[in-house]
Amino acid sequence: MIYPYIPHTDEDRRAMLKAIGVASIDELFSDLGADLLLEDSVPISHGRTEDEVQRMIDSIAQRNIRGIPFLGCGCYDHITPATVKALSSLPSFVTAYTPYQAEMSQGLLQAIFEFQSMVCEITGLDVANASLYDGANAAVEAASLMIASKRKATTILVSETIHPFVLNVLRTWALGTAHTIGLLPQINGTADFDQLSELLDDEVAGLIVQSPNRYGLLEDYTSVAETLHQKGMLLTISADPLSLAIQRSPAEWGADIAIGDTQALGLPLAFGGPSCGYMAVTKALMRRIPGRVVGATVDNAGRRGYTLTLQAREQHIKRERATSNICSNQALAALMTTIHLSSLGWGGMVEAASQSYAKAHYLAYHLAQLPGVTLIWDKPFWCEFPLLFNDAKRMRKFLQELRNEGIFAGVRLSTLTRKSSDELVLLVAVTEKRSREELELYLAAARRVLK
Amino acid sequence: MSEPLLIDLSKRGRKAYCYPPLDLPRGFDQALPDLPEHLTRQKPARLPEVAELDVVRHFTRLSNLVHGVDNGMYPLGSCTMKYNPKLGEHIAAMEQFTHIHPLQDISTVQGCLSVMYNLLEDLSSITGMSWGSLQPCAGAHGEYTGLKMISAYFLEKGETQRRRVLIPVSAHGTNPASAAVVGFDVVEVKSNKDGLVDIEDLAPKLDETVAALMLTNPNTLGLFEKEILTISEMVHDVGGLLYYDGANLNAIMGMATPGDMGFDVLHLNLHKTFSTPHGGGGPGSGPVMVNDRLRPFLPKPDIELTDSGYVYRWDGEQSIGKVSMFWGNFLVALRAYVYILRMGSEGIKAASQHAVLNANYLAAKIGERIAIPYGKRAMHEFVASAKALRHENGTTAQDLAKTLIDEGYHPPTVYFPLLVEEALMFEPTESESVESLDRFVEAFFRVLDLAERDPEYLKEAPHHTPVGRLDEVRAVKEPELRY
Amino acid sequence: MSTINEHVRYSQDHEWVRIEGKKAYVGISDHAQAELGEIVYVELPPVGERYEQGEEISTVESVKAASAIINPIAGVVSEVNEQLDGSPELINEDCYTAHLYVLSDFDQGQYDGLLDPQAYATFLATL
Repeated sequence: MIYPYIPHTDEDRRAMLKAIGVASIDELFSDLGADLLLEDSVPISHGRTEDEVQRMIDSIAQRNIRGIPFLGCGCYDHITPATVKALSSLPSFVTAYTPYQAEMSQGLLQAIFEFQSMVCEITGLDVANASLYDGANAAVEAASLMIASKRKATTILVSETIHPFVLNVLRTWALGTAHTIGLLPQINGTADFDQLSELLDDEVAGLIVQSPNRYGLLEDYTSVAETLHQKGMLLTISADPLSLAIQRSPAEWGADIAIGDTQALGLPLAFGGPSCGYMAVTKALMRRIPGRVVGATVDNAGRRGYTLTLQAREQHIKRERATSNICSNQALAALMTTIHLSSLGWGGMVEAASQSYAKAHYLAYHLAQLPGVTLIWDKPFWCEFPLLFNDAKRMRKFLQELRNEGIFAGVRLSTLTRKSSDELVLLVAVTEKRSREELELYLAAARRVLK
Repeated sequence: MSEPLLIDLSKRGRKAYCYPPLDLPRGFDQALPDLPEHLTRQKPARLPEVAELDVVRHFTRLSNLVHGVDNGMYPLGSCTMKYNPKLGEHIAAMEQFTHIHPLQDISTVQGCLSVMYNLLEDLSSITGMSWGSLQPCAGAHGEYTGLKMISAYFLEKGETQRRRVLIPVSAHGTNPASAAVVGFDVVEVKSNKDGLVDIEDLAPKLDETVAALMLTNPNTLGLFEKEILTISEMVHDVGGLLYYDGANLNAIMGMATPGDMGFDVLHLNLHKTFSTPHGGGGPGSGPVMVNDRLRPFLPKPDIELTDSGYVYRWDGEQSIGKVSMFWGNFLVALRAYVYILRMGSEGIKAASQHAVLNANYLAAKIGERIAIPYGKRAMHEFVASAKALRHENGTTAQDLAKTLIDEGYHPPTVYFPLLVEEALMFEPTESESVESLDRFVEAFFRVLDLAERDPEYLKEAPHHTPVGRLDEVRAVKEPELRY
Repeated sequence: MSTINEHVRYSQDHEWVRIEGKKAYVGISDHAQAELGEIVYVELPPVGERYEQGEEISTVESVKAASAIINPIAGVVSEVNEQLDGSPELINEDCYTAHLYVLSDFDQGQYDGLLDPQAYATFLATL
């Protein structure tokens, strides 16, 4: 068998072995010893041609069923300009690695610089990094950063209304360490800040909240930052960055750290990954931000250029004293977001966010007229809302009926929380991408089931 | 050659993208409740306002200022910059994968789950482990996950005194950083004169406070730890576990398995060994693989194949929980699966064999003119030292690296591992042909000639790039991190 | 050869302490600054906090290195050298005048236990 990814001919191998001074390739592996060298090939299938692989994958792909997604919960089906895929697929972007050698990576470094700038602009904060794995891991990094910023602090307070999966990931982070996750309770679907002050004991480093929250509701953070800052604690706000086109920004709420996932800005659903975590912080926290950071400087001839900077924070220098271990991030996904935002501009972002708002409210308004379902809380939301069914059987029938129409009607909250008490709650997400016809199709099917 | 920031090309009113008008019934948008004033954003963000062609030219020009594997050889040691097959890109762009939501009903995502399940089976076979999880998004994230499982395992056993993780001095920086983030104390293990784990140093450090020893094998010098079975027995004898950093698996896949070496848990870098593209620094994928002992501690949810198809298993009582938002970097895993399908059992073995052949060939050639302190026989990578040159006329590894850029090559990794002074770490991978290696050697020798003739010229290199050496001190002292 | 100041005492972590009345000035030794190279940033500790001996109290960074400052004697941080904020290179220029911070209520016994200049010179020779 010939492997197109391995260019060696028999003649090449002979010449190379001779140059090395060994008789065979096996001799190069002699350090492994007979105890470790496998006698047989590993038990996986034989190689296939490109065409065979394509056919096999085609048949696997057929087992994925697409529908019109009214699904959200951290992953949304937004419109993406054609520029995003076309430009992010340029081979040198795809096949480069971290821009360690600045002189031959200026394009990548500049693109990251533009990404950082856009994240700063959108969150209103001063400094952003080159990306993190995803929104959940951005929360972990924010927790670590807050702990490291306050001497002797061990506890991170987290609102009960953050995405259940983010809470899971934070709990994993705390497992087996000296860190604790404390919970700020919710009231009627949003964080209950009346209880905040009494939870702020000396061990608390800071608070993480999320808006839109796990139910899609927008939260009011009036005076939250002040309460925390008075005690030397920090505020982290997690937000869908597209929502920040219309809702108050983390900086406007006085947050020290803004985090989230840029999936809504140019990334496909992709079964949940890769997406792209973002983080922005105030100037005071600049030297504590985790991960890669690109800065502008000048070269030896005075020309402007970009380079990785503030590297003394990072694992390859600080090793066990680093507060984060991140090395590779989600650079190509961050590039997709940069291209997306470059194409949209602020006007486009506001348009997408506003249309999502309008369409979600249109669907919610009409669903609320139907018997057997209610909008749980009368609170402001953006593009996603919680619908409460009064009966499990009707809910199943509703989901089935809509699926028959090719509609994925929403995500059951219990899918995320694994709690039976959440089984009757359906989270419905509507983006600007959902056409009027799709909305009417949804409503018609809903009316048939819920009459 | 420099490209302005896109924001500087902005002109109010230009658009690169138009949305369809909102087509709700007349009157509804007027009746729509406004977002309450106190929740409404006050200050607009400054984003580019340009035409579509401006966007296209901007990013196309930027891409011309980047060197990737598709542009030329990229022998960056420890990073396995091999060729990323186009088939993988093609398949990862299929809408039947890109347009699937992670929370769709399980009956509608059997294709994705089949990819993940079968990939885990293949990775289990290749590593000699029982099972794994695809949730970690990168190598360091895999280390974090693996160490978290080790922590949970000892917590479960009530051995909470096991707070130390032993790590050789030659290890990647992520190893000690990950151990510290998980809450372990890091203890360094010395290397012996051959560049291998110093067993004399290791032995007294092993006791009932040790949770694990983290090893890369072959190590970062490209040397195979020949005493691995002895080391494994020593660690297990005191009740510790053995962690395998899979960064260098490209040297041995199909030839030997970490499982046979006695490792209990490992992470892989799909973006290294399994040919998925590095994307300018990610997204990667860092699956963790475990033996039976640690299997109950894998992240949730697990995937299981039942009579009615693939299902998620959320019920693992001992699981450490989730480590990423959804199921990991699925599209990266998909590319790795395509690579394995394409190569098959013989192909992955051939990949390692030729990676080792190429590294030894390059070492034999380059070693004629520069020292390779830990011997010329390597596995998939080797580390040369510019120490002599530095003493002779001040030329550093950095100078050689920067001058190689003028020759059109991405330089090797420099100043790592710390064991070697003025280190240059070469990893050619199996993708390069003998002619390609020969051309690289010629270029490297031209650089060495220059270094002997005109060391000052190297101090100013590179000379033929859009920018020269950048003022890194200024970048740190006066940080300019955004427009 | 690194310079050894005769009027201070040293820790094995290469910090120096100079007592002036009720104040203990803390800085890094010439050996430490030379190892780091051009210093680009100093993280100063919060004023008013008490630190024990051996506690990590601040960080001094060059472009490619970061060195933890290990508090050499217990005390309360009463002042920090704010000049270092804009001009960290002052440490490279004269590390024995460019202190990092000042401790009050410090532990005299721990000071007495630090290396005197002679002992520090001997210690450096063993490295």
